[in-house]
This record gives sequence, structure tokens and C-alpha cells, in this order.
Amino acid sequence: MKVDRRTFLLSSSVGAFLGFLGFDLGSSAAYAATARVKRGKLTTTICPYCGVGCGAIVTAAGGKVVNVEGDPDHPVNLGTLCAKGSALYQVANSDRRLKKVKYRAPNATSWEEKDWEWAIKRIAENIKRTRDATFVHTDAEGRVVNRTEGIACIGGAALDNEECYAYSKLARAMGVVYIEHQARI
Amino acid sequence: MTQHWIDIGNSDCVMIIGSNAAENHPVSFKWVTKAMENGAKLISVDPRFTRSSSLADIYSPLRSGTDIAYIGAIINYALENDMIQRDYVVAHTNASFLVDPEFGFHDGVFVGLADNKYDKSHWAYQKDAGGVVMKDPTLTDPNCVYQLLRKHFSRYTLEEASKITGAPVAKIKEVADTFCATCAPDKSATIMYAMGTTQHTHGTQNIRSYVILQLLLGNIGVAGGGINALRGESNVQGSTDHCILFHIIPGYLKCPTADNTDLATYLDTWTPKSSDPRSANWWGNTPKYTVSLLKAFWGEHATPENDFAYQYLPKRGANYSHIALFEAMHNGVIKGMIALGQNPAVGGPNSRFEREALDKLDWLVLVELWETETGTFWNRKVQGQPDSPDPASIGTEVFMLPAAASMEKDGSISNSGRWAQWRYAAVEPPGEAKSDLDILTEIQAELKKLYAQDGVFPEPITQLNWDHGTDPYAVARDINGYFLRDVDLPDKGKSFKKGDLVPSFAFLMDDGSTSSGNWLYCASFTGDGNMMARREASNPTDDPIGLNPNWAWCWPVNRRIIYNRASCNARGEPWAPQKPVIAYDRAAGKWVGDVPDGGWPPLLKEDGTPDPAAKYSFIMRPEGHACLFAPGLADGPFPEHYEPVESPVGNLMSGQQINPVITIWHQEQIGDVSEYPIVATTYRVTEHWQAGAMTRNLPWLAELVPEPFVEISHELAAEKGIEHGDVVTVTSARAPNGITLRAMVTKRLRPFDLGGRTVHQIGLIWHFGYAGYTCGASANELTPHVGDANTMIPEFKAFLCDVRKGGQICW
Repeated sequence: MKVDRRTFLLSSSVGAFLGFLGFDLGSSAAYAATARVKRGKLTTTICPYCGVGCGAIVTAAGGKVVNVEGDPDHPVNLGTLCAKGSALYQVANSDRRLKKVKYRAPNATSWEEKDWEWAIKRIAENIKRTRDATFVHTDAEGRVVNRTEGIACIGGAALDNEECYAYSKLARAMGVVYIEHQARI
Repeated sequence: MTQHWIDIGNSDCVMIIGSNAAENHPVSFKWVTKAMENGAKLISVDPRFTRSSSLADIYSPLRSGTDIAYIGAIINYALENDMIQRDYVVAHTNASFLVDPEFGFHDGVFVGLADNKYDKSHWAYQKDAGGVVMKDPTLTDPNCVYQLLRKHFSRYTLEEASKITGAPVAKIKEVADTFCATCAPDKSATIMYAMGTTQHTHGTQNIRSYVILQLLLGNIGVAGGGINALRGESNVQGSTDHCILFHIIPGYLKCPTADNTDLATYLDTWTPKSSDPRSANWWGNTPKYTVSLLKAFWGEHATPENDFAYQYLPKRGANYSHIALFEAMHNGVIKGMIALGQNPAVGGPNSRFEREALDKLDWLVLVELWETETGTFWNRKVQGQPDSPDPASIGTEVFMLPAAASMEKDGSISNSGRWAQWRYAAVEPPGEAKSDLDILTEIQAELKKLYAQDGVFPEPITQLNWDHGTDPYAVARDINGYFLRDVDLPDKGKSFKKGDLVPSFAFLMDDGSTSSGNWLYCASFTGDGNMMARREASNPTDDPIGLNPNWAWCWPVNRRIIYNRASCNARGEPWAPQKPVIAYDRAAGKWVGDVPDGGWPPLLKEDGTPDPAAKYSFIMRPEGHACLFAPGLADGPFPEHYEPVESPVGNLMSGQQINPVITIWHQEQIGDVSEYPIVATTYRVTEHWQAGAMTRNLPWLAELVPEPFVEISHELAAEKGIEHGDVVTVTSARAPNGITLRAMVTKRLRPFDLGGRTVHQIGLIWHFGYAGYTCGASANELTPHVGDANTMIPEFKAFLCDVRKGGQICW
């Protein structure tokens, strides 16, 4: 019998225990319940890098990601990951991750930290000021266009579908026409 | 992709061209390997001997920018040697269609060219009195597409292609013989392509050449066949489907133009019509999808009386694509920008110009996991760029908002195979980081507050439906769509209640009774639950071709291989009975296998007479047939070889040097071979990803590839006195003082022999910039602001440069 990752797990002592429980991967919660790692919660994710969409299993303990590995039950990647997917642990845990709102004032030479409320208010004010100043109701030929060419919305090919839709919707609602992202380049 | 990743394992012949799957989609290669274990041949066509080439049965070189000459020669070879699947071609393509006798082509140019644009009126089909396209199924009429195709590609001989591409005649012939052997009805070949195909001023026509070849061979709609775009980002498929692009709105509906004065005019303009009762003309449903989208966007404020809030949609007035966007920004037209996880300071063409454009903004909002080059453009001086401005002179107000990463939120993403896969949060985002959905929700809420008080044309914002709030499940349901009132459909034997989720786009209406944020995703989240979260992989006995219909969900309506009715003959019998996608079960009166691309019965009944209930198989085309001749494109109904805008040689194929309908933004920034004699291209490595923020900030990956390089042949290195590892400077017309990085001297690149003339080509990886844990020179400082005639995708893959030893690396 070909020994693949799954049969290897099932043949080890841990695997024997898992085999006793039944390796039911009907849902993320079911998986977490049956896999019974000693410490931590398991969830399934899809790698955020290329367009293959490999499945990965993330183990979290104490609110931190402690492991990321390929999902052996994913029919495309069958438990493997490339160098990038294998490094996802560092995406989760990097101290270079942005954790606070950063603001650079006009002509400033460095960042300052701000709180969300301040930033969102200021961003919305900027959007409104620019939109109101550049909004065109009818074009030179008198046709209704209801657009602003003064604002651009770009990004993002790594956003979730639900975020892409919400962004696409909001950009149109604002009358923005310069709407682009990585798909074009 | 027309197929999906696992299906590659069903192929008899895989061509990797304009891509490098082993390098950039590494895990996908296990399916290429599977195909090869079953006897498939792997062909790698690339300017460089790549990781994919190293595993191939056949490697052929190809000068960057000459795919049409190369594939054109293979098309000609197939036609001349009758290596086509004739029954398929007659039944499923427009080979038999008669074209306007005034159509013509002369010296590289199609009829109708004037002022850098084509008048396509003579590219039209001949139609009968009833408006149905006239056809010659014998394929002999001189005006039929098939004969026009033969005539057009008769100029693409193996010898001519060799002189243009630099590939030896024998090699092109070997590739042609191997690939075109899949014209046998039970054999299939697949083409795996990516940016090497698309990032050219004739990129769309590159893809068209693959489509023509695959249609002639009968390889579309079948297992192991198809045109497989290897998409580069984890959700660029989804972001494209949801249309974060200027010219389309979610579901590939057209963005209205200024002369679409009201909804009726918009729908009349953009809804294709067909007089042929055998054509399903699926885009004829445009009104249903459009009105359902407007209801999703503006809810109860979108009513029949106000054209369903149609006027709230901004109308396009120009080409607002990426290059045009940065040109407008550089000209001071764009005052503010929001960038959600995009880093154009490294990823965009002509980087120095695009960074200068950012200098002109009043404000910039970034939502990011990392501090990127785009986020710190105002401080780029500190990284040793000699010509960067003083931050004190840059007035842009910059907001960098911390974002949640993929494993810190619930939601779906769509892979290249159109599979929308749900994923879960493992942990909370770090510090004060929030998901993009949370951030957008807060911004729109604040805008609503401000616009409730005053402002210009507030309604599209104040009336915007955001009932889903920050709940991705609620957004997913909005995208799928709802019945907005009780609906009875006696002819379908169904009735629905207000608030029911719509089970498929077949039930979307144009009367305001349904909403759907994106008709393509209708059926992804239904009364049966979140289809995208399903995790039941098939076992090979039940599902020999690996469709995996119960793993996640794919569009449209979970159809895994699209155009799959072309996988059968006119009686509904699979061309390849050993790997059927679908087959018509006469007893049951329906198709079995994959979700059929329309449930109509086969063209012929059991007794061989035509079935009046049948429809042609390519239902997304108004005529129901796939296009060998494609009259809708900006630069021609057939692909034609043109040189890249920056080329070291004249066009051997015709007197038209470059694509006649492209836009060149800065002629003075286009380099000449006298100053920049070397062909340059850009590419990627496994260890890094796109503009680098997601990989150059990780020590594990930075350790594997800590700095960028320029890859040079031994021959060119010898000419320039360059040794492996030397610091060199690469220049182009966009960056005359050049970028500095290390030379990697390899055998993977060889000089091209173009009919006796030697032309060198080099390659650079483009992942690097001045921000991150590891930094390096940005290859895109060299690339031009010119784009494809149809899509405006920049010509990153073929431009001119020069290389000299020396320079200083100051990272």
C-alpha cells in the first residue's frame, strides 16, 4: 500500500488514536474535535500567496499561531506547501506586522501613531472634501455622469471575496471611476 | 482557467508557455507530474530554460514577445497537415461562419484602420434576412472563417517563425507534431499560461492564438484540455470576478458609459442579441443580473420608478486603467488614493514615474500588513536612491492602516480554477489591526454621517446598502442574493418566500424581485448552506477525472470544466469515453457527470434527426460558437505578429512594426536599439511573491533569496567582461542611470539566432524595493508605460536595456 501522509499518521501511535476516533473532516470544528492535539485549536485556511489555493491547517494556542502545515485532505495540494506557504507561520507572528495606525503629516519626515477613530474621521473628511471638489454631475455634452476623477481606489488581489465585493460596491457608490488592481498588471 | 488544477492530471500533452508553473505555482506541478506518469508529454516554451523546462520532455526557446509567430506557425502546421478535429471544429467553432466580403488584411493591418483605431464594420458576419449568421459547413467558401484563417496563417511558416522567434525549425516542428497529435478525438492537450503571455502590447492576441490552436484540436471543454491561466495571487480570480476594475462591475457586467443615458439604453447597448433559436445567448440575461446587482447595492432605494438607482453608478469617460491612472496622478488630476493591499511602487511599470506620481497626491490611504514601498514613498531617499526627492518637499498626507492577515478572518477566496474556498480565523489580528471589511465598514459609516449633513450628490453613499455590516457570512449571502418578495414560478414548479436565498442565477429577475451582488456567485451560499465551506474530496473510483464536485464551490453553478458540452459529439457521446466530462443519458433524459454547460439535449436525437430543443455549446457567445475569428477585439479578429514596442529587430512578418492601435504615453521614454541593444524580461522566483512585502519581511524566505539578480548568458557575460556574482548596472530609457544588482551568469539563457543575427536577452526578478527586512533594486524602474491594445496590461515582458559591469549596491 502506498504510504502517504494520512496512512503514516494513522499508523503511528497518535494515528492509532486518531484512527480509533475516526478521521472525520466534515468541517473545521469536527476536525479540531477529532484530531485532539495536546494543546491548541485547529482551523483550516487557504494559502494567501499564488492562485493554486493550497489548503493549510493552522494550530493556535494561547491566541497565537504555533504551527502552519499543509492540509492532507485538500484534494489539490494533498498536504504539501511550497516555500512561501511553509513560511506562513512567520506572517502570523512577525514583529514587522503593522499593529497600530500610522500617520505621516504633510511634509513630515517620520510616522506618528494615531488611534482608529481619529484616522477614520480624517480619512472620511479627506474623501468628502476631494469628492465634493471634483465631482462631475454632467459632462461637457450635458450627459449625466455622476463621477469623480479625483480619487483612485486600487487593490487588492489577496483580499477575501467578501471584501473585494464590499470595496467594489463602495468605490462605485462614491462615484470613483479610477478603480484598478493587480489583475490589470 | 477553463479547467481546474487537478484536471491537468488528465492531459495527454501539457504546454507550459508564458509561465513557469514549477517555479511560481509549485504545488500545481504535482498534477503535471501525474499527467506525465500517465504518459503525457510536457513541452516548455520559454526564452529561458526554467525549472519547468528542466522537467520537460521538450524545451523550446522563444524570444520574448514572439508567441504569435511561434503559435501561428503551429496553427499553420495543423491546418496544412490536417491535424485538426474537424467534427469538433464544424460543430463548436465559428469556422463555417461567412464574413463580410469587404473584410481584408494587408501588410500587417486589417481593413478599417484610421487614426490609431479600427472601424470594425467590415469584420462582421454575413447574416440572412432573419438576422441569423450564414454558414458554410463544408468550410470551402472563400469568405468563411476557416478559409480566412488558413489564408492568414499561411504566412506563418516554420522557417519564418524560426527567424522571428529564434527557435530552431526542427524544434518548432517537434513541438507542433507532439501538441497537434491531440487532435485525435480521445486525446487532449492543455496550455498553462500566465504573465509571460499577457504582459505584452499584443498580450490578448497571444491568448487568442492559444485559443485558436486549442479549438482546431478539439481541446476545449474536455478533460485535460483547456486554456489555463495560472493566476498569480490567491484571490485575483475573486477580485476580478468582483470587478475592482474600471471597465466592469461585479459579474463582468459593463461599467456604464456616458451615452448610456438611462437603464433601458444601458441594457439595450450591452445585452447581446441573437436571432438564432439554437443559440442560448446566455448574456441575454444581462438585465436580470444588472437589476439584481442594483438591488444589492441600493436595496429599497432602487425602485422601478428611479431605474433601480441606475444613475447612482458613475459613468466612465475615458480609459482609467492602471497606466492611465498613474499618468493622471502624475498630472495632478487624482488628488487622493486608497490602496488596499497593493504596492505599485514596486509592482507597477515605470516605477520611478509612478513613485513621482504619488508625490503629487494630497492624501493616500493604505491598508496593509507591512510597511511597503508605496507606504513609504515619501521617504525613499534614505535607501540610497540618488534622484529621490527630499521628504520635506512632499505634501502627501499618508495613512497606513494595520490589516488582518488571511488566517485572522473568516471569508472566501477563489483560486485559478474558479473554486471559491472558505477559510477561518485561527487567531485575532495582532495589536489594533482590523480586517479590510471592518475598515471599509467604518469608512462608509463615517462618510454616511458626513453626507447626512451636506455635500455633493450624497444619495449613492447615504442610501448604500451595508446591512451586512462586518459579517463576512452576511456579505457572502448578499453576493449570492435573495428573493425580496414572495415569488411564484409555476412553470418551474417552484415558489419562494421573501428572504429566501436564491438557489441559482436561473432564478434572478429584472423586475426588482431579486437581489444579487454578483450573479456568477449565485448558488455559492443558499438555503442548503455555505457551499464554499464544503470539504468532501472525491475518491478516484467515483470521480476518475478529479472534478471534486463536493469540495468547496466553483462558478458558475459548480461547473468544474466550462464549455463541457463541447466534450461530446452531436449525439451527446463523449469524444473521449475513457475520460468523460459529461455524457447524455437518454433513459434519464439528462446529462450525467459534471454540471453540464446548459441542460439542453444534444443537437441530434437518438434517431439522428435534429432536436429542436437543443442549443449550441458555447452559450456565453451570442452565436453559441467559439471564435476562431473574433471581431470584437481592438487590434484584429485574428492574431498577427507585431514586435514589442521596444524591439531590437524589424518586423519580418509585415511593414507594421508594432501593434497599430496601442497608446504610447511618452514617446521620449521609448528606447532605441542603438542605445539599448539587449532584450530584457522580468520574472519571479518561488521564494518571493509579487512586490515582495509578503515575503521579503519574513526571515525564512529572505534567507533563501536575500537580494535580486539579473540573469545573463555566458555569451553576453563574456562580451561584457562580467563574472557570476559581479555587481552590474542595468539601464533602460526609463532609467538611464540604471539600477544596480548582482549578475547571475547561467546557461539558462542563450543568445537568439534570428536568421543569422544574434540578439541577447536577459531577465530580472522584480520582487525587490527599498522597504522590508531585505531590500534591493526594483526591476520595474526599467519597464515602460505602454500596454496591451485591449486590456492595457503593461509590456513588462519584452523591452530593451543595456548592461554594464560596475555600480554600487547601497542597501
